[in-house]
Amino acid sequence: MPVAESSRRPAASVALRHVTTVLFNDARRRENIYFGVLAVLLLVGFPLLLDTFHLNLVGKYLTYAFVALGLVLCWGYGGILSLGQGVFFGLGGYCMAMFLKLEASDIASTSIQSTPGIPDFMDWNQLTKLPAFWVPFKSLFLTVVAIPLVPSVLALALSAAMFKRRVGGVYFAIITQAVAAILSILIIGQQGYTGGVNGITDLKTLHGWDIRSDSAKMILYFVNAALLLGAIALSFSIIRSKLGRLLLAVRDREERVLFTGYDVANIKTVVFVLAAAFSAVGGAMFTLQVGFMSPSFVGIVPSIEMVICAAVGGRTSLLGAVYGTLIVNYGKTYFSEAFPELWLFVIGALFIAVVMIFPDGLAGLDLRKALHGLLTRASGFARKRKKPAALVPPAAPSAPQTNAGSQ
Amino acid sequence: MSPPLGQSSVAAAPNRHLLETTGLSVSFDGFKAVDDLSFYVNKGEVRAIIGPNGAGKTTLLDLITGKTQPTKGHVRFKDLQLTGMREYQIVRAGVGRKFQTPSVYESLTVFENLEMAFPDNRTSWSAWRFRRTPDVIAKVEEIAELIYLRDRLRDRAEILGHGQKQWLEIGALLIQNPELLLLDEPVAGMSARERESTGKLLLEIALNRAVVVVEHDMDFVKQIAHRVTVLHQGKLLAEGSMDDVQKNPKVIEVYLGH
Ligand SMILES: Nc1ncnc2c1ncn2[C@@H]1O[C@H](COP(=O)(O)OP(=O)(O)O)[C@@H](O)[C@H]1O
Ligand SMILES: [Mg+2]
Repeated sequence: MPVAESSRRPAASVALRHVTTVLFNDARRRENIYFGVLAVLLLVGFPLLLDTFHLNLVGKYLTYAFVALGLVLCWGYGGILSLGQGVFFGLGGYCMAMFLKLEASDIASTSIQSTPGIPDFMDWNQLTKLPAFWVPFKSLFLTVVAIPLVPSVLALALSAAMFKRRVGGVYFAIITQAVAAILSILIIGQQGYTGGVNGITDLKTLHGWDIRSDSAKMILYFVNAALLLGAIALSFSIIRSKLGRLLLAVRDREERVLFTGYDVANIKTVVFVLAAAFSAVGGAMFTLQVGFMSPSFVGIVPSIEMVICAAVGGRTSLLGAVYGTLIVNYGKTYFSEAFPELWLFVIGALFIAVVMIFPDGLAGLDLRKALHGLLTRASGFARKRKKPAALVPPAAPSAPQTNAGSQ
Repeated sequence: MSPPLGQSSVAAAPNRHLLETTGLSVSFDGFKAVDDLSFYVNKGEVRAIIGPNGAGKTTLLDLITGKTQPTKGHVRFKDLQLTGMREYQIVRAGVGRKFQTPSVYESLTVFENLEMAFPDNRTSWSAWRFRRTPDVIAKVEEIAELIYLRDRLRDRAEILGHGQKQWLEIGALLIQNPELLLLDEPVAGMSARERESTGKLLLEIALNRAVVVVEHDMDFVKQIAHRVTVLHQGKLLAEGSMDDVQKNPKVIEVYLGH
């Protein structure tokens, strides 16, 4: 009888077992705990451990995590590999930058220009009037609306053009890559309208609030972290729902999903647009924290780097996306300072390693198994020294728990 | 052993037929996989489609379900022109299809596989808001009972046997309660006992819907089909009861000749 058996065990051991079961055995609960750990790390750990400069740097990395998160949903789950997510990051960032630039270009501070009141780079390029598409960005409200909306509309247009026609896989990846190339060339070419290759710089205040001050950087870091945690929570609610299973099904058995009566093109559109909107929020937060936006975040290379971040973290792991982004970008900062010409090779090697050796990325590393192995070895070592303990069977075989980390 | 249902309605008005194809043709690079095929299926009928490999049986199902667009001809289902409709619209109109190779979601449990096919949550939004209500559970359990998988609900589909996967796929179709069920070689690779269970299952399913079965196994066809359609090189070679068809010299020539 189960009751009799459990009553024979020491109460403490039963309690301990119960606690570890509750905490770790249920995969969903384990994920919740890992999510809590990340929240504490972002909201308490980093702010306590890092000075403002480094905290700002982490804040910058975390803006890329929005992109990686979107990639986990649309690539890891939905099977849609986009090599052009920099486009959406950039559009979100540019929307924010346009507002800030207009605020920094008031008549008083641009009085030496031949046309005061317009951004400096327009003046240098002989523009005498603010272009029509800049006008809405005089309003903070419209800017906040435009940040997710503009990239979403582009994602929607791409989806309509491709998913309905069943353009998928490699073709889709190539087309998104082409879009990234086109947009960055367009931005660089249209200097008078976009600030060209330098981007939009010298951003100062948000509605009168100086974003360059240490206190502002601190506050923006927290806003960014909170938004990221919110995006992760939303993503969890998606992957845990039937929609999440549906995305996996679309990835693995598209035809079956189609012949179960689902509009697969619509499902792909939804997840691709969501990933674009996430990226855009990251882009806007980048502009606010770093103080500029430039075409170097739009093109092919940054887009591929973002895919690598997601892959390093584990392409189906939401939390892995954040860690992957932090690690890859930390590595990038250090490498590109020490050996700038090597970075592209490093990132290439990383990509190959992640694809061929660790397809599940960081999330695929079974930490608990590794830890367990380490502990049993350690306890075996201890037992050899104290003979009598050998009567107890070694480490009550813990229930085989695979797939820690990811689902 | 099968009652000769549906045979009396041969001369019925065309609108009495549940499914009707007229002059259906498709060619791939000039090769006519289905060639001027007119055929119909009535309500409550179990129809077998037989024919040698490459006769165009699977292609015919592709044409009905919108996977392939015909070069000529139409498909009508009830009052709907299926030709030109998208796959998911055809499914929603009431046509379910099982593929030749079992197609289930391996990483999901049997329960989740069946739940996935639940017909009320097909938009992204409602799939996100979907909750496992008692209705859903009851329906899934009812279907699981029917497909002999009641005690496997919590197992992942990948550990099921080949035959059980075929049943699971059929079960996922039944959840949607289609009026017309198209099954491509449902007993291929099954043991004799599984075949018998599948035959029983199909007869039960057919009580309130039409079933079209593409099959090679003659004994199985005899067990379940009311009428048999023989395809050869994309064309209709013969049609009638199993006995008639087996006596038909053209069929003997094609089937047994070589
Ligand atoms: N999409 C396609 N493209 C080219 N040829 C096809 C296509 N689908 C089917 N065929 C050809 O049509 C013929 C009929 O195939 P199929 O319908 O699968 O036969 P079966 O009766 O064995 O199911 C075969 O010769 C096959 O090669
Ligand atoms: Mg076939």
